[in-house]
Amino acid sequence: MGFAFFRRLALTLLLALTVFAIQFPARADAVDDALALFTTDSFNDTTKAIDGLVASGHANTLPILRALADGKLLYDPGSKAVFYKDDAGALLNARTATPSSADASLLKAVRLNNRLRRAVEAARGGLALLAPEPERRRTAAEAVFKSRDANALPTLDAAIGKETDARAKAAMELARAAIVVTFPGASEQDRLAAVNTIAARGDGDAAALLRSLPADLPESVKAAAADAVDGIEARLAVWAALQNILYGVSLGSVLLLAAVGLAITFGQMGVINMAHGEMVMIGAYTTFVVQDVIRNNAPWLFDYSLFMAIPLAFLVAAAVGIAIERSVIRFLYGRPLETLLATWGISLILIQSVRSIFGPTNREVGTPSWMAGSLDLGGLSLTYNRVAIIVFAALVFVALLLVLKKTALGLQVRAVTQNRRMAAAMGIRTDWIDAMTFGLGSGVAGMAGVALSQIDNVSPNLGQGYIIDSFMVVVFGGVGNLWGTLVGAMTLGIANKFLEPYAGAVLGKILLLIAIILFIQKRPRGLFALKGRAVEA
Amino acid sequence: MILRNIDRAGWVFLGMVITAGILIPVLNLAVPPGSFLHVPDYLVPLLGKYLCFALLAISIDLIWGYAGILSLGHGAFFALGGYAMGMYLMRQIGTRGVYADPILPDFMVFLNYKELPWFWHGFDMFWFAAIWVLLAPGLLAFVFGWLAFRSRVTGVYLSIITQAMTFALMLAFFRNDMGLGGNNGFTDFKDILGFNIQAAETRGVLFFLSAMALAGGYLMCRLIVTSKLGKVLVAVRDAESRTRFIGYRVEYYKLFVFTLSAMIAGIAGALYVPQVGIINPSEFAPANSIEMVIWVAVGGRGTLVGAALGALVVNAGKTWFTGALPELWLFALGGLFVFVTLFLPKGILGTLGTGWDKLHRGSPKKESAPAVAVPDAAE
Amino acid sequence: MNQIVDSDELPTLTPTLLYLDGVTVSFDGFRALNNLSLAIDESEMRAIIGPNGAGKTTMMDVITGKTRPNEGTAIFAGQHDLTKLDEAAIATLGIGRKFQTPTVFEMHTVEDNIVLALKADRKPFATLFSRRTASERERIDALLERIRLKDQRLRKASELSHGQKQWLEIGMLLAQEPRVLLVDEPAAGMTDQETADTADLLREIAKTRSVIVVEHDMTFVRDLGVKVTCLHEGSVLAEGSLDQVSADERVIEVYLGR
Repeated sequence: MGFAFFRRLALTLLLALTVFAIQFPARADAVDDALALFTTDSFNDTTKAIDGLVASGHANTLPILRALADGKLLYDPGSKAVFYKDDAGALLNARTATPSSADASLLKAVRLNNRLRRAVEAARGGLALLAPEPERRRTAAEAVFKSRDANALPTLDAAIGKETDARAKAAMELARAAIVVTFPGASEQDRLAAVNTIAARGDGDAAALLRSLPADLPESVKAAAADAVDGIEARLAVWAALQNILYGVSLGSVLLLAAVGLAITFGQMGVINMAHGEMVMIGAYTTFVVQDVIRNNAPWLFDYSLFMAIPLAFLVAAAVGIAIERSVIRFLYGRPLETLLATWGISLILIQSVRSIFGPTNREVGTPSWMAGSLDLGGLSLTYNRVAIIVFAALVFVALLLVLKKTALGLQVRAVTQNRRMAAAMGIRTDWIDAMTFGLGSGVAGMAGVALSQIDNVSPNLGQGYIIDSFMVVVFGGVGNLWGTLVGAMTLGIANKFLEPYAGAVLGKILLLIAIILFIQKRPRGLFALKGRAVEA
Repeated sequence: MILRNIDRAGWVFLGMVITAGILIPVLNLAVPPGSFLHVPDYLVPLLGKYLCFALLAISIDLIWGYAGILSLGHGAFFALGGYAMGMYLMRQIGTRGVYADPILPDFMVFLNYKELPWFWHGFDMFWFAAIWVLLAPGLLAFVFGWLAFRSRVTGVYLSIITQAMTFALMLAFFRNDMGLGGNNGFTDFKDILGFNIQAAETRGVLFFLSAMALAGGYLMCRLIVTSKLGKVLVAVRDAESRTRFIGYRVEYYKLFVFTLSAMIAGIAGALYVPQVGIINPSEFAPANSIEMVIWVAVGGRGTLVGAALGALVVNAGKTWFTGALPELWLFALGGLFVFVTLFLPKGILGTLGTGWDKLHRGSPKKESAPAVAVPDAAE
Repeated sequence: MNQIVDSDELPTLTPTLLYLDGVTVSFDGFRALNNLSLAIDESEMRAIIGPNGAGKTTMMDVITGKTRPNEGTAIFAGQHDLTKLDEAAIATLGIGRKFQTPTVFEMHTVEDNIVLALKADRKPFATLFSRRTASERERIDALLERIRLKDQRLRKASELSHGQKQWLEIGMLLAQEPRVLLVDEPAAGMTDQETADTADLLREIAKTRSVIVVEHDMTFVRDLGVKVTCLHEGSVLAEGSLDQVSADERVIEVYLGR
């Protein structure tokens, strides 16, 4: 009880002193007084020492407080001199910040308890509130908001008065509101204003703060807080749904990348390529090789490694795909079940080849620095590598649409798909088109491998994990229709993310598989089925 | 009357299987070790495993070779039969488990189960487990087939969703919450019907039973495919819509043969588990099911005997390769898939059969098994 | 069924076996059949002619249950609504269909093709345990005789010539003992002699059952000497004897040419 009184007194004092200290150079005696209080081996004195030191505005305050928090603030019980160790372990005099030759073995560490630790943290936060960089001041205000330490109130008020940066100021006002709303003695108006300020923040922290208000507050404040909590929770639910959709789109993009190549080989050509996943795997390994070469020869290019890997992965996978088409698949046209088995055999051979060359373990594929971090939009958050995959998937999809709709190759591919004999009669080299189409589908899978190398383990089994999902996407969306593949991938991605919280990842996936199996019974030709006579044939 | 339906290859096959079923346990038990004729202990369950695979291959051939249904999920039916048997064997362990709980198997004690899950009741009785060896795969196949065949899901679409089915089951069985041992599955069996499961005598009997199951499974499938129903199946395989237009409800035929095939696969799985001593969710892996299909393709689809032969040849090869040249096994298996589809579409027996016919007859004889290849699996 | 009774167009003496009323089928907006109405009597043979895309095959698809019409009904024997039944049920009712390209079971022997088509219980367990009876054996022999394939009975269907396959398929239709046969271009790809023989065979069949023949070959249609219906753009353009129909201005315009 006495402590609370002392606190208030100290805070008022501190406020006055801080304002004063900022304008005037530190007074030598105040610093000495404060430092002396560290040497009495009393928690109460240490508290006073912290406050005094902060109030003194001594240039060395921050390092001293940090040393205190880390248990590296030492004193000589005899001479009452105070020292601290810096990060390198060198002993420095706290008063002068100069190296000291004192015998470290005679020194005692200033003891801390939890209450003191909070005080140290608050003091450090308070100091940062006055730091020269607006970003640091804002972070400090965030910290105060979270700790809600009444100790910081005076500093906060002082800082708000001086603040020029709008974001930092808003953060500080929020932190102040968080303190005021429970501060003993604050007026009802102040509290209501504080609740409003907090409610405006509108995130989970704000809701948690308003929910945990003590019971002895005025009814009006409690009612306002309860309203605010309801409002925040409703908004958060919307944000959570949006976030789920975003995760779903992210997963859908991965599925789209993996499946869109299949949509070409299966959808356009009717070839069941069970080695499709291995094309993805080859793309991922191409990325690994590209990065390996860059790391050894031109490390400064590392941030561009993925851009180099994309065309290379396309070419390598396309070449492998064309080789497979020319050597095996072309002999099996019109026999889809045999094609399925033969390409499965090829997938085994490819897996074992990669295992023999690169070893059975995961290979490290690095993330360029520009993909680090995450994108925050309102209540949404997504890591940059996921953002990059969404963008990449969209680009690949649009590029494929354009290739199929606008180029001569695309026209010929569609001609061969619709009527092979007629196309041949018109002089289209159908076997060349077959090889190119298959190469295109495989190459796209290779590019998908570059993207997937950023979020998945690059191992020989990489492709096996995607083949069933890819087929599900294509069959669900409707064979022979790229838009169907897009809708299929997004639907499955989003459905998966919405099921996960309720059913768990594995059960969610099982439910989705069952749903697709049932769906295929209802619409054997998928969402966007071709209709009419062409299908009857 | 019945016996007239069995061709020469069938008689040779039946003779060999029954002889092996009797001879191998005898050579193992009665001939002293060291003798040239002695069959070593390790070989009996290994060969027994091959017999189970051969029975499984016959079940796949019944639907693929004759009705044109390529199931890429037959491993699921095999595994379900195996799990039903495994549940019985787990209940037999009793207090001999690590935790010595008289009712709960070890993994349940480990996972803090307080009582036996409802679906485990009754599995302490052999007859109950034996019924479920047939019912579990049979019911799954019936429900799945009812949905799929009624909506005329055919060809590769059917193959893809059977694959999705076994994949979903694999994920499910990997979950500890399923109450079926999670990713460790069932193992450390002690005895079966009171006999020590490790004893050479028990293994000999299991081997004999596997041979009898294989012979019986072959006989039944052979009678089916040579019946009028078998002719309808081939008609469905080669011209499904034509078969509808002459009045056959194709979906009932497919459902019948698919369910039957799943039950045979379940029996194969139930015989497999006590001989290899373990069953776990990896049996549901889609890759396993595709491998089974290649046994049939190698031996010759639509011949039954060929399917069994293919299972024996491929698995013997697998045992040898994974022992001698493990890193080459996938190359060999992958190459086999490609080689057989490209160069040996009728499989070993189909190719031999055609050659034989060409050598000895002008035209194929009446009851010869329907030849393979070119069934129009596309829509 | 009321429609049948109410309609005063219908002949009152011969019972109508197959009656299509206002059948419309559209694929993605394209109307393959447009309000088509057609009545076939018991033991009548009818030839259907018309240009490509007139809806001849779609009409057969509707009758045999392959395609469900968007509108309209197809009544068989005055009581069965064919638009509600599947192919197997319709076949069992007694409607047989022969396809344009001969579809027989290539891997089966000629005899087995007939055996499969023979009128019998179509349920799986019945077929599983079915044994050939003496009367069935007689019927098989008679049918093989009639389609002139008795000597080929143990050959695989895939080894037959094109014309023989056409006949085998007709033989399979007869084995079903249908009340109506739908025959799509039976003369396609046949020699003149085979064509004439086929016309004879169909006329003979039509003595005991109804036959609907879709045909392009006008000589063949003339050989048949029956009532002709000309379809165009999914509905009936003209109906009557071949001479009447071929004199019709619109038929000449869209189909026969001048």
